[in-house]
Amino acid sequence: MTVVMEKPGNPGQTKQAEPPPPVAPVRRISRSMVVAVILVVWLVLFAVLRGKQTLSLAAADLTDLHRWLNDVNDSIGANRNSNPLFLYGFNEIRLVIDNLVTFVQDLISQPSGDRPLPQIGWLGVVGLAGYVSWAVANWRVALLAVAGFTFLGLQGLWQESMDTLSLTLSAVLVALLFALPLGVWAGLSQRANRIVTPFLDFMQTMPTLVYLAPLTLFFLIGGASATIATVIYAAPPAIRISAHAIRSVPATTVEAAASMGATRRQSLLKVLLPMSKRTVVMGINQTVMAALAMVAIAALIDAPGLGKTVVQALQSLDVGTAFNAGLAIVVMAIVLDRVTTAASGRAEAARRSSRPFLKWRRPLLAAGGVVAVVLVYLSHTYVWAAEFPGDGSTGSNIAKAADNVTTWAQDNLSGLTNGFRDAITNGLLNPFQTLLTDSPWWLVGAALIGIAVVLGGWRAGITTAVCVGLLVATGVWSDGMTTLASTVVATVLVMVLGVVFGVWMGRSALADRLVRPTLDAAQVMPPFVYLVPFLALFGATRFTAIVAAIVYAAPVAIKIIADGVRTVPAATVEAATSTGCNTWQIITKVQLPMARSALTLATNQGLIYVLSMVVVGGLVGAGALGYDVVAGFSQGQLYGKGLAAGLAIVLLGVMFDRITQAAARRTSN
Amino acid sequence: MARHWRAGAAGLAVLGLTLTACGGAKVGDSSEAGGSGSSGKCGTFNLAVNPWVGYEADAAVVAYVAEHDLKCKVTKKDLKEEIAWQGFGTGEVDAVLENWGHDDLKKKYITQQKTAVEAGSTGNKGIIGWYVPPWLAKAHPDITDWKNLNKYAAKFKTSESGGKGQLLDGDPSYVTNDEALVKNLKLDFKVVYAGSETALIQAYRNAEKNKQWVIGYFYEPQWFLSEVPLVKVDLPAYKSGCDADAAKVACDYPVYDLDKIVSAKFAKSASPAYDLVKKFNWTNDDQNTVAKYIAVDKMTPEAAAKKWVDANRDKVDAWVK
Repeated sequence: MTVVMEKPGNPGQTKQAEPPPPVAPVRRISRSMVVAVILVVWLVLFAVLRGKQTLSLAAADLTDLHRWLNDVNDSIGANRNSNPLFLYGFNEIRLVIDNLVTFVQDLISQPSGDRPLPQIGWLGVVGLAGYVSWAVANWRVALLAVAGFTFLGLQGLWQESMDTLSLTLSAVLVALLFALPLGVWAGLSQRANRIVTPFLDFMQTMPTLVYLAPLTLFFLIGGASATIATVIYAAPPAIRISAHAIRSVPATTVEAAASMGATRRQSLLKVLLPMSKRTVVMGINQTVMAALAMVAIAALIDAPGLGKTVVQALQSLDVGTAFNAGLAIVVMAIVLDRVTTAASGRAEAARRSSRPFLKWRRPLLAAGGVVAVVLVYLSHTYVWAAEFPGDGSTGSNIAKAADNVTTWAQDNLSGLTNGFRDAITNGLLNPFQTLLTDSPWWLVGAALIGIAVVLGGWRAGITTAVCVGLLVATGVWSDGMTTLASTVVATVLVMVLGVVFGVWMGRSALADRLVRPTLDAAQVMPPFVYLVPFLALFGATRFTAIVAAIVYAAPVAIKIIADGVRTVPAATVEAATSTGCNTWQIITKVQLPMARSALTLATNQGLIYVLSMVVVGGLVGAGALGYDVVAGFSQGQLYGKGLAAGLAIVLLGVMFDRITQAAARRTSN
Repeated sequence: MARHWRAGAAGLAVLGLTLTACGGAKVGDSSEAGGSGSSGKCGTFNLAVNPWVGYEADAAVVAYVAEHDLKCKVTKKDLKEEIAWQGFGTGEVDAVLENWGHDDLKKKYITQQKTAVEAGSTGNKGIIGWYVPPWLAKAHPDITDWKNLNKYAAKFKTSESGGKGQLLDGDPSYVTNDEALVKNLKLDFKVVYAGSETALIQAYRNAEKNKQWVIGYFYEPQWFLSEVPLVKVDLPAYKSGCDADAAKVACDYPVYDLDKIVSAKFAKSASPAYDLVKKFNWTNDDQNTVAKYIAVDKMTPEAAAKKWVDANRDKVDAWVK
């Protein structure tokens, strides 16, 4: 549910490097006027037709489609022991993946064989982490890795962390096995790329809860299912980014190789792959991050590790313990992120460094390897090096502090927060939601298509029409519109934060350094951790879901806008300053207009990220599609409806993505 | 030359570590009692743990007794009901310890697929209904009669209830007729789905603390009731069969006799763990005690189970004999 990725293959982002030429003002005015006309017509018709043909469906009601999906689900469950597809297909896949996971777990996290402890104890893992980080990246991140892993132990969460790490490593390994070849293929062939892209969109937008239950049907409960769920979710970034990497190798280089008589195979292995290595490693980084984001969700089907601690703490509303485990996930994410990022830049760093260093590198690496092996041996043999010493008191202190902060906030802020909630809900959310849910479905559909055509052109209009049609077919149209209203309101708030913080960070390097770690943490911290405090502050309402979505989506928008503001040429800003513009004028008249394509991209990503939180919202009172998905996961007879609701979320995502991307292309052309 | 020096230092450090390590205890050579001595008779016992604390209490105690008295190897699996039942057929789950009605699942897995069988009552009485925070029941004693609910409906309005009173429902896996009840009892309320037990409990906790108006779905036995003793609202009394048609329900929920479900394979396995599950029986108070140890006193499930088992040896002896 939590995506830590920015689509780099995105047309909007590649364009933001070049400042968009000024758009003809006449056309822009006319375009927004057309949108205004559409809205006015919508409002008038809404006033007349209110409450008719709204396609609403009560929480327990089903359509034929939902019942049919239930039947499919049931027949799979009933026949799983006689179906050859199971006996020779899924069962075999499960066996392989299960063995892989169990192998890694035996190595670092679970008691293996007759041993009461895993094969490699904490000292060995810390040593290996440090050594590998140093070998693939540099000594600075190696220190970070050692410190980070040690901190996990001090938190009293060593075994949980290692379980999470085993699952993450297994999932990333399996994901890369498929993702890299697919990515290379999609990079080489435009057609392959076009075939793969919709599937990737689907894999990333479909709420995980929707396929978690069927996965256990196919691959049983536990490690294998959890790994496969993680793979489905985490593979797309690696595919997209490696395709992008191959495609962005300069054509002249490939031609030069071809003219020297290289075969296709040779040019792939000797030219394309080596030249795109750096970007491919970036893709691996994104896959690792996405896999970690799945930790808490996978715990719902008994995946071992930190996610389990978070989910269990949530049951008894134990914010402190949940935060402690969430923090461990953040720490692990930061370590893995910095190591892989540094690894992608290492080749260049090494080339720039002087010769003597290179000469010493080999013996040093060998010496380091010996040290790591000795540490592994020690941790295999001796209890003190195998079992993390201490009682994890750091963890309980962290938990206590988090509890205190939460209690303080709940006691002192709830008056304030309730006022804010009511203002936004009554002033913005309710009118908008009423407009969407109480208008006849065909009116909303027509308005959406009209807006899509005006903003994004005919193609976006056709996509929207198809999406509207399919949304109606899912049978959850009304819930879809409720979710749409919350999503749009959340995105508006995300953009407000994005502009405020993005401009601040884009203009000041100091601000950037101060804020960025918080943004990283907000993206990786499992949402389950902050649900309880938010519930206390805002109650079980749609607004709580909106706030949770903002915490997750705002960092992306802020980062993209900050980037956009920073790339406005300094010369332009200086010119504006010399003509006597004050700071406010520079921001509003120069920097923001010139970063327009970054703003559109931020809106696009903000919306997609908000949509990925819809299911989490369903857990805290947002109702609508999010609740349908959660209910489908919990109750057999609602399974089909949950699946349909998941599809509806994907459709909303595709619709928005296509409209905003087409609009971005138009504004920057 | 600095590199030379660094490698040397690292080597020395390792040597030092190795030397100090010589005196340390080795992995696996501890002669501690009970460690890996799993007597083969019981084998592995796969216990599903559904996500609420009361169930966790059941599971903690059964697992503790199975491990310590019967020397089983217990594997706890954290799963929602639907998925836990799915596990009966695949051999991944041996037992579910606290089933709330769920006639749909019984039909599917016991009658149709024949992968599960019933294993008798837990002794717990499951009570479902509408509850209000204690301060509210005290300030307006007549609120506990459903006939007076419309009088107060306006007080229960929230930003989510569209002008009507709000009736808060929780996790979607709960057994609920609330939408039909509101309609058939002609109440001026709207059912709002909080979506999780966490959200529901937090709502009641806030309501009691800040004297807010909240009415919603809740159930016993539940650890939270030992923190905030919610008061049940009387709906028209339950009569056998009054809930036969889900759309026409206008009566209170029945008292559920919570029961245990085991996989058909496990029932035939002659495992002592199966006998334990079959005989396992305790009261709501027992469960609430252990649940409170876990949720309020923040003990680990093992520690909580040990505390209760040590204090109630006689009850446990009746299960394992």
